[in-house]
Amino acid sequence: MRSIKILGTGCAKCKQVEAIVRSTVAEMGIDATVEKVEDIEKIMAYDVMVTPVLVIDEVVKIKGRVPSGTEIKALLA
Amino acid sequence: MFDWIQHFADWLIYGIAGIAQGTHLGDALNFFVYDTLKILVLLLLITFLMGIVNAYFPIDRIRNFLSRNKLYGGEYLIASTFGAATPFCSCSSVPLFIGFVKGGIPLGVTFAFLITSPLVNEVAVAIFLGMFGLKTTVIYVVSGILLGMVSGFILSRMNLEPLLTEWVRKIQANAEHEREVFELEKKTFFQRVPGIWNEAFGIVKSVFVYVIIGIGIGAAMHGYVPEGFFETYIGKDTWYAVPLAVLLGVPMYANAAGIVPVIQVFVAKGIPVGTSLAFMMAVVGLSIPEATLLKKVMTGKLIAIFFGVVTACIILSGYIFNVIL
Repeated sequence: MRSIKILGTGCAKCKQVEAIVRSTVAEMGIDATVEKVEDIEKIMAYDVMVTPVLVIDEVVKIKGRVPSGTEIKALLA
Repeated sequence: MFDWIQHFADWLIYGIAGIAQGTHLGDALNFFVYDTLKILVLLLLITFLMGIVNAYFPIDRIRNFLSRNKLYGGEYLIASTFGAATPFCSCSSVPLFIGFVKGGIPLGVTFAFLITSPLVNEVAVAIFLGMFGLKTTVIYVVSGILLGMVSGFILSRMNLEPLLTEWVRKIQANAEHEREVFELEKKTFFQRVPGIWNEAFGIVKSVFVYVIIGIGIGAAMHGYVPEGFFETYIGKDTWYAVPLAVLLGVPMYANAAGIVPVIQVFVAKGIPVGTSLAFMMAVVGLSIPEATLLKKVMTGKLIAIFFGVVTACIILSGYIFNVIL
């Protein structure tokens, strides 16, 4: 069971990431939880300075930009 | 550089649409097509370039550099300049603020970054370049950087640390000066280009509607507001024009993309450049939505002081522009 988190305070880019992650997970049919973290205190616990951030299994994978579906697939494979 | 756009506009309006050159409608439409296309091209170019900068921007390194070295005031210049160079989206300002605090960077320097960041950004610069030309654009960028430095320096003298919210003070108390964890993504430049291009295209797509609205409002004002109309009310001699424009602008929030074309008409119709630039800085740099975001990290009192100092500096810069330009 994979854990995927999207960190972001709710701007347009963060919503884009969430949408892409959800559709990719559905497409791959893998067992994963997708969580959107909007609380700034929790976000800062990951020691990042730019949003949006993609966290997979508690490791920061992508920060400050919107990844493509193929990129996410590669990270989850 | 933009001749081909002019040719295209001439061909489209005077040739294909068959509206005679010299008529009000023909010239207005020609102007609209030319301006819109020129700004579209500039926007794409500059957001793409800034996307490359952003992809390689070592924000963690900058933070470490600022926190480790004694720079005798130079840290304000560095922080403010990087605030201008980094194309971060507005919702990154709070994480950046905390990140700086966490790195043990003084509050004043952090403020310098925070002030310049929304003020000078790639979208504003692209549109400025298209509508005002190089000289005014350079003046705008330099003054934005100076404004961040001066405001940050003033704020640093005010002993504001106790006014941060409690959890931020805790972070500050545990600030770590040395952190060497850079996790760089391992991808070649050419592998990255498509992603950067897509993102630039996305930015342009999302702001372009505001540009069109701005140019539309601008074009309408061009046609219907008589030349020198504003001058009667807010010329250079009206001493309260600058503070009034700034105080009107602070609570407002408009995308830089939409505000520049309107500002251009202000200037064309007789409002002094300084007053117009001060208004734009107030609209873009400070806003109620921003204050709500900052509420997470600052007490209301600190936000009020922060806004007060920046507002005062913008008003001052408006007066200075009106004198020197």
